[in-house]
Amino acid sequence: MEYYIQGEKNKWEVILGLEVHAQISSKSKLFSVASTNWGGEPNSQVELVDCGMPGALPVINEYCVEQAILTGLSINAKINKMSIFDRKNYFYPDLPQGYQISQFEHPIVGSGYINIDCEGKKKKIGITRLHLEQDAGKSLHDQNEENSYIDLNRSGCALMEIVSEPDMRSPLEAAEYVKKLRNILKYVGSCDGNMEKGNLRADVNVSVKLKGEELGTRCEIKNVNSIKFIQQAIEYEAKRQVKILESGDEIFQETRLFDPNVGETRSMRGKEESHDYRYFPDPDLPPLIVTEEKINELKKTLPELPDQRKNRLMIEFNLSSYDAEVIVNDKDVANFFEKTVEGRDSKIVTSWVTGELFSFLKKTEKNIKASGISPLKLGELIDLIIDGTISNRQAKEVFEDYIKSTESAKIFVEKRGLIQVSDEQEIENLINSVLQENPKMLEQYRNGKDKLFGFFVGQVMKVSKGKANPKVLNELLKKILSN
Amino acid sequence: MSIDNSTVKKVALLARIEIQKNDEAALIDELNNIIGWVDELKKVNTEDIEPMLSVFNETMNMRKDNPQSNYTNELILKNSPENNAGFFVVPKVVE
Amino acid sequence: MTDFSSLTITSAINGLKNKEFTSQELVQFFIEKIKQNKHLNCFITHTFEQAIDMAKIADKRISAKNHRMLEGIPIGMKDLFCTNGIKTTAGSKILENFIPFYESTVSKNLWDSGAIMLGKTNMDEFAMGSANTTSFFGNVINPLKSFSNQKKDLVPGGSSGGSASAVSSGLCLGATGSDTGGSIRQPASFCGLVGLKPTYGRCSRFGMIAFASSLDQAGPIAQTVEDAALMLQCMTSFDEKDSTSSRNEIPNYLDYKNYRLKGKKIGIPKEYLIEGLNNEIKEVWDNCINWFKSEGAEIVDISLPHTESALPTYYIIAPAEASANLARYDGIRYGFRQKEKDLKDLYQKTRGLGFGKEVKRRLMIGTYVLSAGYYDAYYLKALKVRKLISKDFEEAFKICDLILTPTTPNVAFPIGEKQTDPIEMYLNDVLTVPASLAGLPAISVSSGFNKEKLPIGLQVIGKPFDEISILGAGNAIEKLRGF
Ligand SMILES: [Mg+2]
Ligand SMILES: [Zn+2]
Repeated sequence: MEYYIQGEKNKWEVILGLEVHAQISSKSKLFSVASTNWGGEPNSQVELVDCGMPGALPVINEYCVEQAILTGLSINAKINKMSIFDRKNYFYPDLPQGYQISQFEHPIVGSGYINIDCEGKKKKIGITRLHLEQDAGKSLHDQNEENSYIDLNRSGCALMEIVSEPDMRSPLEAAEYVKKLRNILKYVGSCDGNMEKGNLRADVNVSVKLKGEELGTRCEIKNVNSIKFIQQAIEYEAKRQVKILESGDEIFQETRLFDPNVGETRSMRGKEESHDYRYFPDPDLPPLIVTEEKINELKKTLPELPDQRKNRLMIEFNLSSYDAEVIVNDKDVANFFEKTVEGRDSKIVTSWVTGELFSFLKKTEKNIKASGISPLKLGELIDLIIDGTISNRQAKEVFEDYIKSTESAKIFVEKRGLIQVSDEQEIENLINSVLQENPKMLEQYRNGKDKLFGFFVGQVMKVSKGKANPKVLNELLKKILSN
Repeated sequence: MSIDNSTVKKVALLARIEIQKNDEAALIDELNNIIGWVDELKKVNTEDIEPMLSVFNETMNMRKDNPQSNYTNELILKNSPENNAGFFVVPKVVE
Repeated sequence: MTDFSSLTITSAINGLKNKEFTSQELVQFFIEKIKQNKHLNCFITHTFEQAIDMAKIADKRISAKNHRMLEGIPIGMKDLFCTNGIKTTAGSKILENFIPFYESTVSKNLWDSGAIMLGKTNMDEFAMGSANTTSFFGNVINPLKSFSNQKKDLVPGGSSGGSASAVSSGLCLGATGSDTGGSIRQPASFCGLVGLKPTYGRCSRFGMIAFASSLDQAGPIAQTVEDAALMLQCMTSFDEKDSTSSRNEIPNYLDYKNYRLKGKKIGIPKEYLIEGLNNEIKEVWDNCINWFKSEGAEIVDISLPHTESALPTYYIIAPAEASANLARYDGIRYGFRQKEKDLKDLYQKTRGLGFGKEVKRRLMIGTYVLSAGYYDAYYLKALKVRKLISKDFEEAFKICDLILTPTTPNVAFPIGEKQTDPIEMYLNDVLTVPASLAGLPAISVSSGFNKEKLPIGLQVIGKPFDEISILGAGNAIEKLRGF
């Protein structure tokens, strides 16, 4: 479905490019040995470089370099054998050196791409580059009326900035892009993808244009930290731009902030007047050289990526493209699925994972890891369905209670007397009593109203309190009614 | 004159240096003299010459990812002109 | 009290070892001498108490025959090196009250060798100057006077002027310096001493307050070549805290004593015979050529064609790097702060009042040459010319082993002269800057006097990491100069 903004006069296309900042999941910072642990006391994880002390010098973390290379390989990108660190100069209280060490002209990773799935359609999104840089500290503005407070614990943490081509055309595409990228990073292990903690955040470049026209002036919305906000921010910003253009005014290129409380973007004044960053090569750091051997070595350690895993699951377990996609979308879910499906029927496992399990997670707003559900827990329940101990329906009814319980499936089911009745004589008795109690219905059925078969099944189930084995019940009922 | 009044103002703002009114004229002269003098370099033929980023031509040392904690919060804040509750304090920043 | 005025580091080491005197006696003597010579303004901070404590330890180690290379030797530490718990100012108001909680590698290496710190020596603010007239803590005075005008105080040279004046006037046995464009060699020359700038990467820059990172090198200022070699031995190390620290093996620098000029090719660059080179200096240079010939060296005429571009190149690169290196002095985490309600005012007033005129001038130049529209014309151009200058030396060293030149175009001049115009001041460095740009080791050795009895230094430039040869040539000068 084509996305556009309907203005008062015209239909406008939306052009989107994203700069994603992903914090590398390293233990220490990019150029200092300080810990990257989250949530420490303010200014307690700060080495000399991180607070710009006189005479401090940066020394690079090898792990961060490796993670950038691995990530580059996983987004089908070219790894540059020589890259250069530059200083990006500006004054800001959370930037203690007065410059950010970043990569400008020669990034460690060149152009690549990823594939996204958007409403069933595949789309290739180009990636311009990936570079390494230092994160800034944090400014807190709400502590005090007159002052801002500065915490440098985050200062110097390693970031990968991943810049996309302006290839996206709708908020949904942008959302799918970020989801896919986040998923890849989590598979590789280079970033935990946690947007709430700010470990993954996006700058969104938005412009609008009429079909067939040149790219318009773009605005950059800085540091949007949820996928929902990305979509909201784009929608608001695109509409804002359309309004301006249709009223005959021009778009002023600027950086803007998205305020989720009001759902609007607003101009970031203050930072505007001096965006002459005076990039130049950092003389404290020689060029970063990566050898072919190193790249090949890392290639060998590259884990299976979402796209590869999806293909494998489709072949190995006969999954539909849709089911495979939703399962691999979260590495932890995919791992959960593969553990659960081991030795079990894949069809029933898939339906339980994508059905009951997903709705439970959604309802409790937890991801699979945080939910604490183990493959064994779900697997035992499925086993009881497969061996006929309980019905699928019974299982669904008790699923939530079971998950919250600490009992094994067998004990849980036994304790609650949930064992399925498969005894033919017992079921036959139930059928007979139901038929006796509903002589009119029975007559109608005999006169050709076949649909009533389901009614009888339901009634038997009801009197059996759901315990009747549906398979046995169906067979017996058919037999009795045809007599 | 390559550096005029407005250039000096722009550069001083970028460098975050307040220039006293009385010093401005002299500074403009000095800067112009210096820039005029280094302009001599334009005569040097540097076609096909790679810029020299560093005289250091050994590979960059890398360190392993082992976190350390060498300085307490007190040490980090020790020299600060103003701090509170473990934070550095600056005048309110408007975003 | 015994007069230790005639001691060198080498003779003091022997005296201590032979129990002719103790380190405490030495230290007491120099403390007194420093007190008597306050007018020279060599020190920004005295560390007498620490010195006495350190001397006690040294004496113990000497008695226990457990002495290290510089055990018990009192030295001065340029106030550019961060010293743990001791005020470190870089000669600037902006660091007036800064007390580091860490130790520079070079100073640590010296303390680990048993050297004793008498105090932090005065210097040009952030090492920007060639006369030691830009220090916030006042001018340093050269102890030497011109023969005919005893009333005029002369400059000691800069930026390591406090170190040079202190060693020359016998306030300490040796001192550290730092050299970005000549700041060790030029004051050594003006004060009749030996000053050595090692190959870039030989001494760690960790904890040394940065001026221009791609040029800054620490080195010793001493009375004799042997003293300089001893100090150098203790200052150098491979340091993993500095990404530009060399892994090249460190030789025994005292091996210079085995160095012979016989058969060596000494290059005399014609471009160093600059307009304005003092005649008496030219004479000393010629004399030295003859001394070297008499030792069996072969004199070869060489050309370093881009010499005249070196100074403008330097005055683009060094200020550009400085403009970023000094951005951290913003009044937020340490140092001087001009309290203001508005952050931008705080920045501008803090830096406007905290930096001296020369520093501000260079920061303005550095910011300008990196700013949008000027980067290619100035900064990038300078990097290319730097390559040409470096190539000149590479070519020259194909046909010679060492290069012999004067250190400065003039001898020490009266305070206040040659400073009306910045460029006139910059010209002091015209003969020292090229080796700095090429990262080459160079030594200045006092080689004669003018008719005013002011010392004249000659410079010997060597191949990368060939400090032994320049020490060897310096040793030859000491033997042949006749004083
Ligand atoms: Mg951005
Ligand atoms: Zn970035």
